[in-house]
Amino acid sequence: MANTVDLVWLVVALPLAGFLANGWISFFRPQAKRAVSVIGVGVLVLAFVVAVAVVRAAAGVEPAWFFVVKLWTWMPAGNLVIDVAAQVDRLSSVMLLVVTGVGMLIHVFSVGYMREDPGYARYFAYLNLFVFFMLVLVVGASFPVMFVGWEGVGLCSYLLIGFWFTEKANADAGKKAFIMNRIGDFGFLVAMFMIFDATGSLSFREVFESAPVHFAVGGTTITLITLALFLGCAGKSAQIPLYTWLPDAMAGPTPVSALIHAATMVTAGVYLVARSNILFAMAPLSSAVVAGVGALTALFAATIALKQWDIKKVLAYSTVSQLGYMFLGVGVGAYTSGLFHVVTHAFFKALLFLGSGSVIYALHHAYHHTHAHEDAQDMRNMGGLAKYMPWTAGLMWVATLAIAGVPGFSGFFSKDEILARTFARGAEAPYFYVLWGMGVVAALLTAFYMTRLMLYTFHGPNRTGERERAHLHEAPWVMTGPLVVLGAGSLFAGVLNLPEVLPFSGRLEHWLEPVTEAGAVYLPEAHLAHGTEWALLGLATLIAAAGMAGAWRILKPGSLVPARVAPAEAGWRLLLSRKYYVDEIYGALIVRPLVWVSDRVLWKVVDALVIDGAAVNGSARTTQLVGWIGSRLQTGRVGAYVLLFVVGVLWLLRAVAGQGS
Amino acid sequence: MISGVVLDLSNILGVLIALRPEIIITLAALAVTVLAAWRHKTVDDRQTAAWVTIIALAVAQGSVGFLWYQGYHPFGVSPMVTVDYFRLASATIILLGALLTVLLSLSYVERERLWAPEYYALLLLAVAGMLFMAAGSDLVTIFLGLELMSVSVYVLAGINRRSQHSAEAALKYFLLGAFASAFLLYGIALTYGATGTTNLLLINFQVQSLALQSNVMLLLGLGLLLVGFGFKVAAVPFHMWAPDVYDGAPTPVTAFMAAGVKAAGFAALARVLLTAFISVAPVWQEALWWLAAVTMIAGNLVALAQRNIKRMLAYSSIAHAGYLLAALAPGTVVGAAALLFYGLAYTLMTLGAFTVLAGAGRDGERTLKVDDLAGLAERRPWVAAALTVFLLSLLGFPGTAGFMGKWYILQAIVDARQITLAVVLVAASVISAGYYLPIIMAMYMKPAPSADSHAGVQVVGAARWVLGVTAILLVLFGVWPNAAMNLAQRGGSDLRPIRAPSAQEEHQH
Repeated sequence: MANTVDLVWLVVALPLAGFLANGWISFFRPQAKRAVSVIGVGVLVLAFVVAVAVVRAAAGVEPAWFFVVKLWTWMPAGNLVIDVAAQVDRLSSVMLLVVTGVGMLIHVFSVGYMREDPGYARYFAYLNLFVFFMLVLVVGASFPVMFVGWEGVGLCSYLLIGFWFTEKANADAGKKAFIMNRIGDFGFLVAMFMIFDATGSLSFREVFESAPVHFAVGGTTITLITLALFLGCAGKSAQIPLYTWLPDAMAGPTPVSALIHAATMVTAGVYLVARSNILFAMAPLSSAVVAGVGALTALFAATIALKQWDIKKVLAYSTVSQLGYMFLGVGVGAYTSGLFHVVTHAFFKALLFLGSGSVIYALHHAYHHTHAHEDAQDMRNMGGLAKYMPWTAGLMWVATLAIAGVPGFSGFFSKDEILARTFARGAEAPYFYVLWGMGVVAALLTAFYMTRLMLYTFHGPNRTGERERAHLHEAPWVMTGPLVVLGAGSLFAGVLNLPEVLPFSGRLEHWLEPVTEAGAVYLPEAHLAHGTEWALLGLATLIAAAGMAGAWRILKPGSLVPARVAPAEAGWRLLLSRKYYVDEIYGALIVRPLVWVSDRVLWKVVDALVIDGAAVNGSARTTQLVGWIGSRLQTGRVGAYVLLFVVGVLWLLRAVAGQGS
Repeated sequence: MISGVVLDLSNILGVLIALRPEIIITLAALAVTVLAAWRHKTVDDRQTAAWVTIIALAVAQGSVGFLWYQGYHPFGVSPMVTVDYFRLASATIILLGALLTVLLSLSYVERERLWAPEYYALLLLAVAGMLFMAAGSDLVTIFLGLELMSVSVYVLAGINRRSQHSAEAALKYFLLGAFASAFLLYGIALTYGATGTTNLLLINFQVQSLALQSNVMLLLGLGLLLVGFGFKVAAVPFHMWAPDVYDGAPTPVTAFMAAGVKAAGFAALARVLLTAFISVAPVWQEALWWLAAVTMIAGNLVALAQRNIKRMLAYSSIAHAGYLLAALAPGTVVGAAALLFYGLAYTLMTLGAFTVLAGAGRDGERTLKVDDLAGLAERRPWVAAALTVFLLSLLGFPGTAGFMGKWYILQAIVDARQITLAVVLVAASVISAGYYLPIIMAMYMKPAPSADSHAGVQVVGAARWVLGVTAILLVLFGVWPNAAMNLAQRGGSDLRPIRAPSAQEEHQH
C-alpha cells in the first residue's frame, strides 16, 4: 500500500506539467483553446483521482498513519539537511482533497467563464501553476518546502490579480497584495530561522516531536516564534491589520477569486497554525492573540460587508470575516473546528464566488449586446435575476443558508463548533466570553449581509435596463455544473463533523486526532454540558433566523435605483462603504512616508545630489578633461562623494580603533 | 588530513605550477594585445581576438580544475601566493564571469561599434589581476592584483569614447578608485608597521605571539583595509561611485564589474579577514555587521525609487554586496562557503540580467525603463522567461539558486547567533521584491504598447547561450544545489589559519 502513497509526487507534478504545456501553447499556439481546456482541466482531474487513491491507500494502513515521501536531498549544508519531501498524514490529506477537488471544479467553470478571453491559454497556465504551488504548500514535509509553496502561491496571486491589466486599479491591487504578503513572508522567514536556531531542525516531524524538549510552555522564545508565524498567516490569510489587499485582489477574474482568494490560498495561514498546533498550544499568549485578531477581523469585516454595492466586494469582506472565524477556532485550540470551517467554507464560498461570476457574466453579456457601459458587478444594476437564472439563484441560496448558519447546512455546524469551543474556554478566562460575543454578533451580521446580497441580486424588480433584459439568461452548463457539485458540498459537508450531541458526531475530530493530540496535551480540557451545547445550537439557529428575517424586513429592494443614478452615501453609511478609510490611513501613515524616504531622502538627497545632477548638467559638458574635473569638484559632485566616503572612513575607524587601547 | 600533492612555493618550479592559470591569462593578454595591434579593422579580426580570449579563459579554467583535482597544497607558509580550494573556487567564479562577459560582448561590441581593439586584452588583464587577488597570500600580491584589475577596468568603463556618460563614468571611477587605493595602501603600511610583515599567515602569527589584539596601529590598519575593500565591492557608504559607473559603462563591462570585480574583492577580503585578522575577529565582525546591514537596507531602498532598469540593477548590485558582507560577518568557514556559493549564483544571475538588458536596449541602455518591457513575454517568450528566472533568483525566490545562496548565508549568520542581522537580511530581501517583481508583472501582464514593439530586442548568437546556460544553471542549483554546494564547502573550509603556538607551548620547548 505504501507504494501507492509514494505516488503523491504525481499529484504535485501533474499541475506543473499542465503549466508547462499550457505555457508553451500560450506562446506558440495561442488559438488552440480545445487543447488548453483538455490539458488544464485534465491534469486537475487526474491529480484529484491520484490524490483520492493516495489518501485511500494511506488510510488503509494503520490508525495513525503518517508518511514522509522523500524525493531528493535539497539542502545538504552544514548541520541542517533538508529534503524535498512530501508528508502525507491526516491533516495534509484533507487539504489535498480540498485543493484538488475544489480546484478541479473551478477549472471546469473557467472553461466557460474565460471562453472568449484572448489570454485563455495563459490563464490556464497560471491557474495550473497556482495549483502546483498550493499542493507543494500542503504536502511539504518541512518549513522550507512549505515556504516554496507559500511564496509560489503569493506570486501566482500577484500575477493573476493583474490578469486583466488594462485597469490601473488592478495594478494597484496587485501591488497592495504584494506588499502585505511580503510583510507576512518576512514573519514566516524569521519564525523559520528562530525555529532552526532553537531546535536545530526544520522538518515538521523533528520540530514537533522535539518541541517539548526545546521550549518551555509560555516561554519567550516559543511566544516570539509563534507570533512571527502568525504574522505570516495574517499576511497570507488577510487578517487585521494586513487584510486590505484581499478585497482589492477581487479585481482579477472571478474563478481566480474563488480558487485563490476564497477556497485555497487564503486558508494557508489556518493550515499553518493547525500544522504547528503544538507550537501554538505551548504559547498560550500567542494563541490568545490569534483568537483575538480572528474574532476582531470576523466582526470588523462583517460590518464593512453590510454597505458594499459591488457583489464581489461583499463576498470579499465576507471571506475576510470567515477567515477570522477560522483563526478564532485555531486560536482557542479548536484546531479541528478551524480546519472544518476551512473545508465547509471552501464549498460554500467557492459556490458563492462562482455564482456571482455567473451573474457578472450574464450582465456583462447583456451590456455587451447593447453596448452599454454599466458596472456589471454593482448590485444596484441587478435585481430580480432569479427569474432569468433560476439555477444560479437556487444554488446561491443554498450557499447563503450555509454561510448564514441555518441548521442542517454545512456552515451551521462548523461555525457553531468554533463558537462553542470559544464559549467553553470562557470558564478559564472571561476574555474568551468577549471573543464569543464578537463571534455571535459577526454571525448575526453575516446572515444579514448575505440575505441583503441575495435580495438585491435575485429578487425585487430588475434594474439592469429595459433593452438589456432580453439578453439575460442562465450561464452554459459547463459553468452551472460545477455549481451543482459545490451546492451538494455546501449542503452535506456538515456531516463530516457533527456536534457531540448528535449521532455520528466528530468524524473529522477523530480523523485529525493523531495530528492534534500533540498540542492537546497543553490545552485545558474544555467540555460543555449537553444542556449548554443544545442551548448554543439553539442560539445559533435563532441568530441566523434573526439576521435573515431582519434583512428581509428592513431592506426594500423595490426602492433601489441603478448605480448610475444612485445618490451618494452619507454619515455612518459612508464610513462603512468606504471601509472605515483604512486604505487611506495606511496610505498616509505608511506608504507615502516610505516612498518619500526612498525617493526624496535616500535617492534625491544622498545619491542624486551627485548622480542626477551630473546627468542633467552633462548636456553642458566641457570637452576639456581638466576643466571637467574642476567643474565636478567645484559643483560638489565628486566632492560630495569624497565627503560621504570620509565620513564613512571616520565612522569605521572609530568603530575599529575604539576597541583598541 | 591534507591529501594531494604538497607544493613547495619557495621553489620557482612550485610557483610555476601554482600560477598556471595566471600565467595562461597573462600570456593570452599579451597575445591579444599584439593581435589587436596588427589586425583590428574588420569584424573577423575582432572575432578572432574574442575567440582567443574565450579559449584562454577555458584553458585557464582547465588548469584550475587540474590544480583542484590534484589537490595541491602549499608546504608551510606560502610566501606570495597560495594554492587552496578557496582560491580555486574563487578563480572559477571569476573565470566563469569573464567567459560569460566575452560571450555577451561578441554581438554587443559590433552593435554599439565599440571597435577599440584592446577591449579583450584589457578584459584579460583585469582577469589576471582578479586571479592574483584570489590567490594572494600576501597583502602586497593582493594589492598588485587589485591595481592591475582596477586600472584595466577604469579603461574598460570608458571604452565607448563616443559616449559622454561612459567617459564620465571612467573618470569618476578612476578618481575615487585612486582615492580608495590610497586608503588600502595606507592600511597595508600600518599593518606592516604593527606586525613587521605583510604575509597573511605571518600577520596572524605575530598578532597572536606578540599579543597585538588591541594594538591601535594594527586596528587602524585593519579599518583602512576595510575601507579599501569596501570601496571595491561597493559597500555603503563607499558605494557612491557604483550607480554612476555601472550606469555609464557599456553594459557588458557593467556586468563584468558587478560580477567579477565584486567576486575578486570578496575573495581577497575573505582571505585577509579570515587568515590575517582572525585573532581580532570581534573587531571586524562588528564593523562588517554594520556595513552589511546599512548596505542591504540602503541598496534595496534606493533601488525601489528607480525606474530605469540599468540603474536599478546597479543598486541591486550594491544590495547584493550587502548580502555577501553578511555572509562574512560571522567570520566562520560556513560563512565563507556561503560566500562562495552566493558568489557563483550572483555571477550567473547578474550576468544573465545584464545580457537581457544589453539585448533589449540601445546606446548604453541608459534609457530603458520598466514599462518599456511591457508585453515582452508575448513577443519574446524565451527572453522573458530567462529574465524572470534571473529576477526571481536575485530576489531570492525559493527554487532558484538565489534562494539557496541566501539560505546558506542566513544559516551561517544564525549559526553565529547574529539573529538581528538575519532579520535585517530577510527584511531587505522582502523590500527588494518591490522592484524585481514589477518587471515580471510588466513583461507578462501588461500588453505590448504597439505591434512592432520589442522588434528591436536582439539576443543573438553567443548571447543566447549565455541566457540559456545561466537560466538553466540557476534553476538547477536552486532545486539541486548539492554538487555546487559541496565544492563551496570545500573551498570555505580551506580558509583556516595556521595556529600560532600559544605562550604555554612555547614555554615547554
